Amino acid sequence: MWRDACLVAAKDLRIELRSRVALWQVLPVAVLSLVLYAFALGPGRAALAAAAPGLFWLAVLFSTVLAVQRSFAIESGDGTRDGLRLSGIDPAGVFLGKVVAVALELAVLQVVVWAGMTVLFGVHVRTPWLAIVASVLATIGLAAAGVIYGALSAGLRVRETLLPLLVLPVLAPVLLAASRAWAGALAHGTVSSGAGWLRILGPFAVAYVVIGIVLYGPLLETG
Amino acid sequence: MTRAKGIGWSRRTLAVVGGAAFVSVAATVWLGLWVTPPDRVQGNLVRLVYLHPPVAWVALYLAFGLAAVSSLLYLWKRTRSLFWDRLAASAVEVGVVFTALTLITGTLWGRPTWGVWWTWDARLTSTALLLVLFLGYLALRRVPAEAEVRAKRCAVAALVAFVDVPIVHFSVVWWQTLHQGATVLNANLTPTIHGSMAWTLLLGFVAMTLLFVWMVALRYRIEVLADQAGDAVLEVTLAERWSEDDALVSAGDSPTHLSTGNPT
Repeated sequence: MWRDACLVAAKDLRIELRSRVALWQVLPVAVLSLVLYAFALGPGRAALAAAAPGLFWLAVLFSTVLAVQRSFAIESGDGTRDGLRLSGIDPAGVFLGKVVAVALELAVLQVVVWAGMTVLFGVHVRTPWLAIVASVLATIGLAAAGVIYGALSAGLRVRETLLPLLVLPVLAPVLLAASRAWAGALAHGTVSSGAGWLRILGPFAVAYVVIGIVLYGPLLETG
Repeated sequence: MTRAKGIGWSRRTLAVVGGAAFVSVAATVWLGLWVTPPDRVQGNLVRLVYLHPPVAWVALYLAFGLAAVSSLLYLWKRTRSLFWDRLAASAVEVGVVFTALTLITGTLWGRPTWGVWWTWDARLTSTALLLVLFLGYLALRRVPAEAEVRAKRCAVAALVAFVDVPIVHFSVVWWQTLHQGATVLNANLTPTIHGSMAWTLLLGFVAMTLLFVWMVALRYRIEVLADQAGDAVLEVTLAERWSEDDALVSAGDSPTHLSTGNPT
């Protein structure tokens, strides 16, 4: 399963490295959203800094939808989905591989968005371990739930509009918990109250990775 | 599989359950509006207590519980049958209506009691998210596909959404407690329950449960009939096409008929 996962992840990441769609389309949109948030909230540093954790995770959340759509768009052509199914690769391996690929893309995106936020909004992380742990858990959760719904809506004619409707309410707890945890890490709240939110992020990530491993087989058959 | 072919309960059972639901709802309305006294603190507002909790109970526990169990039984290979898929779909559809009603009756209550239509209370927020989650399920269901494919897809969607429910609940509860938000819910909702009030509330639960059962049974029947009608239309269309071909063949080998495409 893990070997298959590595193969699929390597395939997806190689395609992204060569096509650079994530790099030149998804990433700029995420950074652009920071500028748009500033327009919406006004140029006052205090207001932007107070809203920073939430805005950061909103940017990541919407980018997740784009990344997941992209992850399944590269499989829509040339019968890739059937190819994957026929290749004898474990469905759980396909799932984990796609989750790893999407999670790595999101991790890169978070680094860039965070750098942009530091420059544009003037905010700094006070408790790095909390920010990093929250990010890792949230990213795994976002990628796992995103890939499940991506597979669910892949191949449908209405996938572009259906995916956000399906996946955004499911990801809402991640947005909530990750924003609060980051507020703690940025010292808008206390560190202990921020760390408490890891108790949401951890179980969410575990739950959706397990569900994906179990249900990805039946899901692939519906494509 | 034999159950999947039937169209659920007989007309008579449906009528009996429907009648019982109608009578109990009417009795709840009568008792709730005319017989029970107004509350000391809340006055006539308390009458919503006969409606709001029973509706919420149906929406949050009965409907989505039934949908989750049915979806699980569909995915389980040994119990796989379109019966479970249709039952889940019916439960979700009725559940969405009841969830919307829960929110509406809740805001109607909230405005005079708390002074606002909406508060970011944990229960309100998680109920609203639940509504959107299952609207997504219904949207997915409307995507045309073969019955088996659609059933599998929807069963997965229902289960994945269902897992989210406790997580959503805990996250918004913590969100509230950490933010010192409105703790007004239940602060003044514990009136000393008068005897007739307790009975009316109990009747309200029975009435809404019966209404739910009746609506799900009816919805299930519609689901089966719609599938059968779809098959029937397909058969008629196929028969028409075959007869066109027969007409073409019997028209002999005159090429003009073929090129105009109008064999009659």
